[in-house]
Order: sequence, then C-alpha cells, then structure tokens
Amino acid sequence: MGALEIIKSDYIRELVAKGERGDGRKDMDVRDIKITTGTIDHAEGSAQVDLGNTRVLAGAKIMVDDVHSDTPDQGNIVVSAELLPLASAEYESGPPSPEAIELARVVDRGIRAGNCIKLEDLFLGEGKAWTVYVDVYVLNYDGNLFDASTLAAMSAIMNARIPEYKDGVANYENRKEPLNITNVVSSATFAKIGNSILLDPSGEEESAMDARLTIATDGNVIRAMQKGLSGSFTIEEVDKLAGIALEKHQFYLKHIEKAKR
Amino acid sequence: MASSLNKPELIVNGKRLDGRDFGELRPLKIEANVLKNAQGSAYLEWGNNRVLAAVYGPREATPRHTADSTKAIVKCRYSMAPFSGLADHGRTGPNRRATEISKVTKEVFENVIFLNEFPGSEIDIFIEILQSDGGTRAAGITAAAVALANAGIKMKDLVYAVSAGRIGEHVVLDVNMIEDNYSDADMPMAISPKSGEILLLQMDGGLTKEQLRKGMEMVIEAGKTISKAQRDALKDIYKK
Repeated sequence: MGALEIIKSDYIRELVAKGERGDGRKDMDVRDIKITTGTIDHAEGSAQVDLGNTRVLAGAKIMVDDVHSDTPDQGNIVVSAELLPLASAEYESGPPSPEAIELARVVDRGIRAGNCIKLEDLFLGEGKAWTVYVDVYVLNYDGNLFDASTLAAMSAIMNARIPEYKDGVANYENRKEPLNITNVVSSATFAKIGNSILLDPSGEEESAMDARLTIATDGNVIRAMQKGLSGSFTIEEVDKLAGIALEKHQFYLKHIEKAKR
Repeated sequence: MASSLNKPELIVNGKRLDGRDFGELRPLKIEANVLKNAQGSAYLEWGNNRVLAAVYGPREATPRHTADSTKAIVKCRYSMAPFSGLADHGRTGPNRRATEISKVTKEVFENVIFLNEFPGSEIDIFIEILQSDGGTRAAGITAAAVALANAGIKMKDLVYAVSAGRIGEHVVLDVNMIEDNYSDADMPMAISPKSGEILLLQMDGGLTKEQLRKGMEMVIEAGKTISKAQRDALKDIYKK
C-alpha cells in the first residue's frame, strides 16, 4: 500500500466508525442498480449490471456436451469470471487470479444450490445434454463484484433462449424456448470495517475492509455463503446478516424481474 | 452434487450411515512433527481423511517484489493427491477448487499469526490431502494449525475447523463424503476457539436461519474435542 492508499483507508475507517459512509448511504443501503438484458445478440442470454460505478456483463452460451458419467441424466451450468484489465488499474492480464476464481465459484454456488435451473431439464437424451456457460466480465470495478455478478448471471440465464435441437445438432439461428428457471437467487455482501458492518461496499470501502461475507438466498432459505479476508465475524453477526440477506432478496428480485425479457 | 438417481438413505433409525449421531465427530487422530525438513508439520487422520501439513519459514519472501516491509506474507497451497479419491483419479496440480480453498485457508492463518513479527518474510503452509473422505479443507486447516505451532510461529490462537451440514430435517456435524454428495447443505467453518470468532465460513445447499444458527453452535461445541486433539498432538512431541 502506498501512502495515499493508507490515508484513504484511514479516512474510510474513521468515517465508518462515526456511522457514516463516503457517499452518504446508511449502513444497509444498496447503491443504484440498473440491469439491461439482451445486449449481446450472439449469446443465448446476456445482462449488464450497473451497481453504483461497478459494471459487469454476463453472457450465457448454451452448448451441446456429452453427459458426465456420474450424472448421466443431467446437463450442467458453469460460471466463470474475468477481472478484465480494462476494469481497474489494479487488474492485470494473465490466467485467472484466485480472486476471479473465488468470485466465479461463489456466484456458481448460489445459482447451483438454489436449483435455479434444474439440471435434469438440460438432458437431451442419448448421452447428450446442454451445458449453460455463464461468463461474467467485470468491466468497471467499484466494489462488491459478488452481488453485481450474481445479479448479472441470474439475469443472463433468465434472458437466455435455448437453440433448436434436432438430430444431435443445435441450430443457433433458431432460439425460442427460455430456460426453465425454477428459482431466483440474489446475494448480499457485507463488509466489516472495524466494528461496523456495511452492505454493498464500494471500492474505497473494500480497500479498508477487514472481512467480507457474501450470503446468497432465495428469500426463504440461505443457499450459499462465503467469508473472505483475514478479519472475523461472530456467530451473532452471521445470524443477523443472514436475516438481512433474506429480507433484501425481495428488493433484488424486483430489479431482476423489471429487467426480464 | 451427485445425481439424485441413486441417492442412498443417509439416516436410518436416527443414526447416520457410519453409525454416528447427528452431532458426533468422526474419530480424529493428530501427530505433530512428522517431517524432518519442515520447520513444523502434522499428520492427521479424521475418519477416512489422511492429511499431511507442513510449514516452512519464516523465510525470505520470494520473488522479492512480493515481500511486505511491514509484515510477513502467508502463502498456502492446498492440494489433493491424484490417488486420494475412492473412485476417481485426480489430476496433479491445483485446480479451481484447490485455488479457492488455498485462498480462504491463507486468510484464516493471516488472522492468527503475529505477522508484524516477521517483516519482509513469508510463511509457507503446504496441505496435502493423501486420502479424501469429505471435509478435507477443515481437516487441512486443523492440521496446518498444529504444524504452525510445531514450527514455533507465534499465533494468538490455535485454529480448528469442521463442517456442519443438513440431511433432510437434521442438522449434522462433520459431514463425510457420501453425506456431502447427497446432503442438503454443507458448511465448513474455521474458528478461533478463545474468542469464538469465525475465520472461515462457506456454505452451499439450503439452510433456514434457524438451521444456520444450530449448525454454527454445533461447530463451536465440537471445538472442545478438536482443540484437545490438537493440543495433545503438540504435547506428545515432548513425550517421545
């Protein structure tokens, strides 16, 4: 960390300790959300999410694959994430960083554990099944990639249309049927800074945070969790934050539904 | 998660497949100081898991640009041996799952090691899963904590880890492989036992808020047994 980063981080910590945030939000306020679906025609589904100044684009491609021998009656969903070098001065070209892999796997877990797509529905017969590849492209970083990416991935699969499938061949010129979406998951990510906890941390808040907790829910049940960084949470804090994440789902769901087409 | 086609009955007459109660740990055995070259090491058998952990350092951070002039950096490699699985042959080297586990494990130990004591240096934690039967990341963290203590690295606490899960309506402790494949939730946690603080928390599946609470409490309760096994392993070094 350079001197300027340390001064900035100290400033954020002082602010948060007083119960304030740099952009005037309350501790559990989420920044403005804008979701635009269907921006990439070639993808079977796509969605761009702006969460404050964080911008991510998710594209869904639906491909014919051989089934796995341990799941002969199912297709698959695979989520990947790229922290593109154009998204932040901190990001570099090269193989996916541990941060990118963690991001992808946490988004994947929420959608998978939430049974948002029933994998049995993707089975085509005769050893073939659809694989839904969701690639999350981070275009501009300003904190909380987890929630932005879950919104984008979820919106992209809800936007997707399955290619026509005949005699073992997929016809990408003819895409009509949507995927059968059986559940919708959202995630709420909390930053712990000192003894304070904030929902939807911005980039500068993340640079000062001690620990991070992402909780994905479908509004009824907690579907996935991931704690990150070297700080800690107490059981009481996790208990309380799980309640907040479950309540906030309706708010995220409204944004997802509004952008659906 | 495996196909639901051949899902076995995981609970019969109120007992789990291996005869355990819902809140019961698998047998746990830890031996410290098992490798000559490493500064600290531990071998752990936890149910059918076989785990080796070794610590090198503090030593000069390499490459040099990774060094932090204010504190030590922690590096962690969690890796599964290609022969560790029952029915599959894994690939050598880290995959995406191992990369994620290495990252969250590193973050656990950054919390408890007095990093300021060793500026400019690195501490390497190597976790090799020789045989896997569910809960390997928890077993790896539990073993690595012993290896770090064995290496004489100053820590504020001896961390342990274990997972809770859900099978049907039952919240259960220390999920094994077959339970993990077919269970309704899995939640590995690492705890700093002195303060009860959560240093690692991951979960997937489905838990209500109440089940989450119960799972976390089971993990805290299990700490007494796991911490004792860790401390005994360290004491036993001096009995030999």
